[in-house]
Amino acid sequence: MALIKLRKGFDLNLQGKITQNEAIGAQKSDSYAVVPDDFTGIIPRMEKKEGETVIAGEPLYHDKNDERIKVTSPVSGTVRQVVRGNRRKIMAVVIEDDGSGASKDFDTRENPKTLLLESGLWTMLRQRPYDIVPNAEIRPRDIFITAFDSAPLAPSLSFVMGEDQQYLKKGVEVLSTMTDGKVYLGCRADDFIDDSGAEVNTFSGPHPAGNAGVQIANVKPVNKGEVVWTLDVVTAARIGKLFETGKVDYSTIVAITGPGIETPCYVEATMGCKLESLLKDRLVTDDKPKRIISGNVLTGVKENIDGYLHAPYRHVTVINEINKKDEFMGWASLSPKKYSIYRVFTSWLLGRHKEVNLDAKLNGGERAIVLSGEYDRMLPMDIYAEFLIKAIIAFDIDKMEQLGIYEVAPEDFALAEFADTSKLELQRIVREGLDKMRAEMC
Amino acid sequence: MKSLRKFMDKIKPHFQEGGKLSKLESVFDGMETFLFTPNTTSRSGVHIHDSNDMKRTMITVVVALLPCLLFAMYNIGFQHFKAIGTDATFWQMFLYGLLAMLPVIVVSYVVGLGIEFIGAQIHHKEIQEGFLVTGILIPLIVPINTPLWMTAVATAFAVIFAKEIFGGTGMNIFNVALITRAFLFFAYPSKMSGDAAFVKLDSALGYGGGNVVDGFSGATPLGEVAINVGDKLTLDTTTMDAFIGLIPGSPGETSMIAILIGAAILLFTGIASWRVMLSVFVGGLAMGALAHGFATPTYPASMLDPVAQLCFGGFAFAAVFMATDPVTGARTKIGQYIYGFLIGVFAILIRVYNGGYPEGAMLAVLLMNAFAPLIDYCVVQVNINRRMKRAKSQ
Repeated sequence: MALIKLRKGFDLNLQGKITQNEAIGAQKSDSYAVVPDDFTGIIPRMEKKEGETVIAGEPLYHDKNDERIKVTSPVSGTVRQVVRGNRRKIMAVVIEDDGSGASKDFDTRENPKTLLLESGLWTMLRQRPYDIVPNAEIRPRDIFITAFDSAPLAPSLSFVMGEDQQYLKKGVEVLSTMTDGKVYLGCRADDFIDDSGAEVNTFSGPHPAGNAGVQIANVKPVNKGEVVWTLDVVTAARIGKLFETGKVDYSTIVAITGPGIETPCYVEATMGCKLESLLKDRLVTDDKPKRIISGNVLTGVKENIDGYLHAPYRHVTVINEINKKDEFMGWASLSPKKYSIYRVFTSWLLGRHKEVNLDAKLNGGERAIVLSGEYDRMLPMDIYAEFLIKAIIAFDIDKMEQLGIYEVAPEDFALAEFADTSKLELQRIVREGLDKMRAEMC
Repeated sequence: MKSLRKFMDKIKPHFQEGGKLSKLESVFDGMETFLFTPNTTSRSGVHIHDSNDMKRTMITVVVALLPCLLFAMYNIGFQHFKAIGTDATFWQMFLYGLLAMLPVIVVSYVVGLGIEFIGAQIHHKEIQEGFLVTGILIPLIVPINTPLWMTAVATAFAVIFAKEIFGGTGMNIFNVALITRAFLFFAYPSKMSGDAAFVKLDSALGYGGGNVVDGFSGATPLGEVAINVGDKLTLDTTTMDAFIGLIPGSPGETSMIAILIGAAILLFTGIASWRVMLSVFVGGLAMGALAHGFATPTYPASMLDPVAQLCFGGFAFAAVFMATDPVTGARTKIGQYIYGFLIGVFAILIRVYNGGYPEGAMLAVLLMNAFAPLIDYCVVQVNINRRMKRAKSQ
């Protein structure tokens, strides 16, 4: 076990924290959805048509390039709609719950890899490089499990995992058969998970300490030609449960947080449920339009109230779209409500760690990169972030490789994107860079 | 403010594509975002953003320059009334300085922003804020007696050839304000140096003016040093005078106190890099000490002690406001130490050993601007080599 101290990064103290460690039951969701965009790297080919029935654990679609990689249904019912967008891209597969609760039984004596692929839990794993669902042909060098989420208002993963922690050991055991290297577990010192069988590292320091990419970079960085898998501890326990019981558990605990929530709380739910079932009667009622985010404020997806819960199925944040409209000469403002990590607004008098209520405003226009070191101070990795971003924008493959593109995921740049005075869309830039790189390499 | 908002909304269609005034779209957009923070919210990626943007960043630098600007106004008046031997109150001095500087500030902003507006319109982009700072830096580093048309020509040259052709704010290689100064320095050398450049003697917009008293020189301390004869330095100005700043010189550079206040603002807000600032001073001290150690009457400036080297001339101003320009400086942490240190060294080196230029801070910063990408390249290459080595050793 090693203690790794990280200094770079920032803990953003948003309003709307959960105060009670207790999960309450959610309202029933009549429909559930699987969103293919949550599983980067998979091009869906439908196995079920609209109107067909499925049971939980049965595949809805598979990957165009590898039929073995399947995405399964979280509930039993009927495929109500395959929502398509531009160029017939599948945006979501909506399943109407029949309430039977039927779920598929898997044979636990099966080869672990086949069982993972069959059950759909494979798609909950991610691989570096490229931050995609792992390629089933490649045996990873190591597997990294993150045991905490350090993002703003993020739920405690031990709480989300709950009693399923008993299956964690089994999960680690299964995973370790799939790599020749080690299975690593990254913990917080105050939320230490012992006896899991994995090699434990403890991380201290602000967000993004909980990101898999940051943990890998500080334990054993990914080199060109190497592949590692990443997953969170909840998924690891879920894998263990599958191999113990023969069933995939699609239930989850979702943290409902943010300044737009009346009383932030944990809610028991099922993956892919309707956000309305989670948020009904919980939103703050005022005249300000709300932004509902499935996930955290840094990496989450913007959704409507009739949208669905996205992977990794554990967090919903609600913030105001705009706190103050048409702000007069905001650049000259002396208001302490203007929050910044720089001491350029009077808000520093209140301290940078005071609870704040931030809205979705961009707070400025997009510019060329001017201030130096802004990205580096938010990224505890041995990477020159700014130079990497420039290499990606210029699509200089050699430079991207040399500067460490294989080690990063878009989420690693989320905090830098928040702090950026040039307001560049760093996560989008990194995602596009990774996609183009993958297209070039494969 | 609501009526203003309504008015802006009402006239907006004229400036949009197809409108009567669509040629002024960027100007309107600039005005609108100046008056009202845009209501745009994030589309992709993070849902929340820091409140700090380029406008606020640039305004913070302008605020940091205010002590220098105000002191410059006072000092111009002070030097003027001293030269003509008239007693004047604080406010009279300040008023004279204000009237002397106002035309330069107006010319600098009108010319520079005018070009920026045209550039933005040609490229159909938002107006960038970089010139807000450049526009106030120029009056502070151009000698007060420079004819306005020269300032206008130099500003236009710098904005077009040092910035716009590279792609605007954030893309330039050389510090735009210093290019203005360098252009003037090389194009009109007679107006830029010597005793007549730094103290305004005629009236400012009709205020002040008079006959010069006997024995007036108007030389800057470094000008005095350059013509010093003999193996002992005889100066009218002490280091303390230079620290306070009531001496002849370019408007913004004279007062160390005002510069240090500006430095404190930049460092406290986190806008400027303390690494660059510190290492410029360290480099200057080191080179000053070295030169002082080998002092010789051939190079009179070598007889100045290292602390005086930092206080005299434009060294401190360059260290705080020019070297720390993030766009033209080194961007890696290690690179910033090297970059700053070498600016300090070269500034003193040029000052001491190059008889042609009594001051070297401007040239040192411009020289290192050219080398900053190379320094960064080397620093980043070390990181790359480490990564490549790690990959091979697996």
